[in-house]
This record gives sequence, structure tokens and C-alpha cells, in this order.
Amino acid sequence: MTTNMTTSTMKSAKKKRRTLFGKRFKIGVGGAILAIAVLCAIFAPLLAPYDPDTQNLMLRLKPGFWSDKAVAGHFLGTDNYGRDLLSRLIYGSRLSILVGVASMLLSALIGSIAGVIAGLKGGWTEQAIMRFADAQMAFPDILLAILMVAALGGNAINLILVLGISRWMVYARVVFGLTRSLVQRPFVEAANLYGGGDFYVMRRHILPQVAPVLIVVATLQVAQMILQETALSFLGLGLPQPAATWGNILSEGNTRLFIAPWIANFAGLSIIALVWGVNMLGNGLREHYDPKMTGR
Amino acid sequence: MILRYILRRLAFLPLTLLLVALATFVVLRLTGNPVDIFLDINRTPEQVEALTKRLHLDLPIPAQFLIFLRDLLHGDFGESLQFSGSAATVVWERAGATFQLAGTALGLAVVLGVTGGIVCAVWRDRAADAVISSIAVAGQSMPSFWLGMLLIEFFALQLHWLPTSGYGDLAHLVLPAITLATILLPNFVLITRTSLLELMGEQFVVTARSKGFSRGRALLTHILPNAVNPVLSFLGIQIGTLMAGSIITETIYAWPGVGRLLINSIFHRDVPVVEAAVFFIATTIALSNLAVDVLQMLIDPRIRRA
Repeated sequence: MTTNMTTSTMKSAKKKRRTLFGKRFKIGVGGAILAIAVLCAIFAPLLAPYDPDTQNLMLRLKPGFWSDKAVAGHFLGTDNYGRDLLSRLIYGSRLSILVGVASMLLSALIGSIAGVIAGLKGGWTEQAIMRFADAQMAFPDILLAILMVAALGGNAINLILVLGISRWMVYARVVFGLTRSLVQRPFVEAANLYGGGDFYVMRRHILPQVAPVLIVVATLQVAQMILQETALSFLGLGLPQPAATWGNILSEGNTRLFIAPWIANFAGLSIIALVWGVNMLGNGLREHYDPKMTGR
Repeated sequence: MILRYILRRLAFLPLTLLLVALATFVVLRLTGNPVDIFLDINRTPEQVEALTKRLHLDLPIPAQFLIFLRDLLHGDFGESLQFSGSAATVVWERAGATFQLAGTALGLAVVLGVTGGIVCAVWRDRAADAVISSIAVAGQSMPSFWLGMLLIEFFALQLHWLPTSGYGDLAHLVLPAITLATILLPNFVLITRTSLLELMGEQFVVTARSKGFSRGRALLTHILPNAVNPVLSFLGIQIGTLMAGSIITETIYAWPGVGRLLINSIFHRDVPVVEAAVFFIATTIALSNLAVDVLQMLIDPRIRRA
């Protein structure tokens, strides 16, 4: 008993120790970055100084504000077709966020339904769903996405579908584990005895408990989806050019790395800022909902 | 005992590969018309007829799948459409380069990641931990292809220390290996840190400390040996990430491995090679996972009993 006491007091003392980045800092900074990106996406036509697709071949590959060769009005310079880089990046946030959030929602929906069903039904249903999830887990998601885009072709809808299908297992596993442990709890058994059906139990008892975990996983997955989309675009399997997505701008910058490194650099900075913000938000939310968990 | 375990795990291998075969078949043969995927717009009726015959497109779909499986079992993916020789040979010729890159990167990531994780856990919440953990989280947000470009810009274009891309001596390996390792490195730092911190709160560690073990001795004798397994099982999961990352890294650096071949073949509609490359990657992942499982069982008697 005494040893238990000491360890528990030791643990709580450790927990109180201040960390460099508290959860408030993480949620605040992460949320702010995400909010800025979302605002950029919504108000792109107002914010962008130029049309993202208007070419001006007289002003090809001009550097931005840092150089004395800069052209007035093009703050971040221009790309190979004389399109304004800042405008392209602002418009690019639309597609990146749209694809990231929509594919997250799709995979969360598929995965949660599969996970809840596996957890509630057990037996063969569970085996079939979860073994399938394991098998897909062992197969790199980007490989599946590459194959599907190659077969279906790259447009926004296909991209969302492909990314959604390639990550549903993440949610299925989390939701399945929680559901299984919840099903054995007395309040669920009681609900069953009172005649509550599967759907009632799911809505009234499982979902409210799963929701916080789901929110955390989903937030972190948005970051993964955005990275995945840019990776596909980089490989030339995302939205077809000249669509202004961050991945496309980055991949275009890659071919001009020698003469116009700023194109790739600003696209890369945009991606890392947004993904880092979303990751911070997710980690902060995780600490908020589950203070026992530290680090990963 | 161990042999039986290995055999049981081996029995799952065909199941995994069967699912991969099914996925490949569904994606490449059933979504849309295979003729459109294999052949470009300038196809001749003769080409279409030859393809129909070769893929048995006139047979019912289950029969097509069985024929596809039978050919797979013979390692027969068909002839490559852009290179001479069978698709399997074309892929196998590139395998060495992929293994060289992936192996070096994995080694780098494990050694540096585990060391970083230990430093973070031992000096928890101190400056070293804050710096390393923050870099690790930032690293998880870094698109690897952009890191690759930055490295090329700096070390190859500005300093002229290393070649921008290509394959050859050791200097060509440096930048790709660093890029690929960086994809895995943050994950290894964070997982090592978490497992060590968890173990540090365990009763047997507290007991050892209260019996007068120094921090260092408790770390060496009680904590690190028990942390090997969680890190190993994480390594198993990361093999998939490693292979996926090698596709991108090989594309950035024009590294002549299977990943770049796969992307190239997709653009050249060389479907036999695409299928062979996908199978090669899936099999590599499955076999590496098997190796990790066996290794874990050899190290940890608790798994053997379970």
C-alpha cells in the first residue's frame, strides 16, 4: 500500500512539471495556423493579387521581394509561365485543405463504421473486418493510392476517394479496440438487458466515448492526408497541371531548382507550416483529452 | 517450438499476398477497361486483339483472376512493354539498388532515432528533450520530397560537395539515404522516448532504484532490455513506410531502384512491370515483418508463451 502511495505521488509530481510547450500553446498555435489557412482558402479571390492561372510570359521566373531584380506587384516572384507565385499558393490552400479534410472524413466514416460493427458483433464479422484491416495496414497506403490514381486518373473526387480508402484502417483499429472494451462494461450490458438494440447502444453509449479519441486521430490524419496529396502531386499522380495545388507547385519548382529555387521553397514552406500546425493541434487535443499520454 | 511458430506465420504469408493479388487485379483489371490502361490512344486494332488474348479478357472475370493467380505463382508477370525481357527480371535487376538505399536509411534511422529517444527520456522535459522532441515533431510534418530538394539545393548546387542525383559511388548514396532516413527518424525518436518513459514508471524499475541502483545501471539492466521489443515491433510497422518512402526518394534522386521503375512504368503504361514491382514491394514488406516477428520471439520469452 505504501509503495503504491509513493509511486502515485511521484507520478503526479512528475506530471505537474512544466513542459516547454503546454497543451494550450499547442492548441492555440496549431489552431491559429489552421484558421489562417482556412481563411486563405475561403477568401482566396479577395486575398490573391492575381488570377492564379493568368500567364505573363514577359515576366517569367522573376524573383520576389528579397531580390533587386524583383518586379513590382509580385511579392513572392513568378513561376515559369509568369504566374504570380503568391496567388498560386493562396489558391493552392483551397485544394490542399479540401482534399485533406474530405478524405479524412471519408476514411473516418468508413473506419468508424467498420470498427464499431467489428467490436459489437465479434466472431466472424470481427475476424473478417480486422484481418482485412491488418492486411491493408501491411501494404503501404501510398502504393495503393498510386495504383488507384494510375487506373482511375487524377481528379479531385478520385483523389479524395483514393486517399479515403487508403487510410480507413487507422480509425477501424482505434474504434474497434474502444468498442470492444466498452461492450463489456456494465452500463452497456444494462442497456442491452433493457432491450436497447445495437444501433441504440452505438449511438447512446459507444459514440460519445469514442468521439474524443476520434477527433484526435482525425486531426492528425488531416496532416497525413495533406502530405499524401502533395506526395502524389509530386510524383505526377495528383491533380493534373496546371491546377494550383501545393504539390504541383512544388513539383514544378523541382524542375527549376537551379534557376528559381524560391518556387519550391515557398511551396514547401506552406506545406510544412500547415502540416506542422495541424500536428500541433492534434497533439494538443490528445493531451487535453488524455493527460496520461505524453509524447506520442 | 520456434520452428512451429515460424511455420505458422509463414502460412499467413500466402494469405497476405493473395489479398495483394486481389487488390492489384481489381485496381488494374476491373476499374475501367484494361485496354485503356494498358494501351494508349494510338492503339491499333491488332494491339487490342493481342492484349485481349494475352489477358484473357474474353473469359469471365473469376476465370481471369484464376489465370492471373496461376501466372503469379510461376512468377510470370508477362513481358515488359518498355524494356526487353520479362517484367520479373526487369524488377529484380533494380532490387539491389533499392535494398542498398533502404537498408542504409533504415540503419541510420534506427541508430540515430533510438539514441535521440534515449537522450529525450533520460533528460525528460529538459532542454535536450525539448529541442529533440520539437525537431522530431517538426520532422513528421516535413514532406520528404521537399527535404530532398533542400538538400540538393544546399549540398549539391551551392556547396558542390555531393552529386545532385544518380547512382554510382558512395557519394551518390549520401543524400538519398539521409532523405529516406529522415522520414523514419522522428517516429523512432518519439516511440523510443515514449516506451522508455513508460518503463521508467514500472514497479520493477522503481524497486531497482530504491534498492540503490544508480539511474545509469537501472537504465542499462532494467529499462533498455525491455524497450527493445516495442521498438522492434514499431520497426516492423515502419518497413511499409520505408518502402513507400523509397518510391519518392528514388524519384527525387533518379535512383535506379524498384520505386522509380514503378512510377516510370505507370507513365509508360507498362502494366506487367507495375504488377511485378507492386508484388516485389509487398513481398519485401511481408517477409521483413516475418523476420521482425521471429526476432522478437527469440528475444522475448513472453511472446513465445503467448
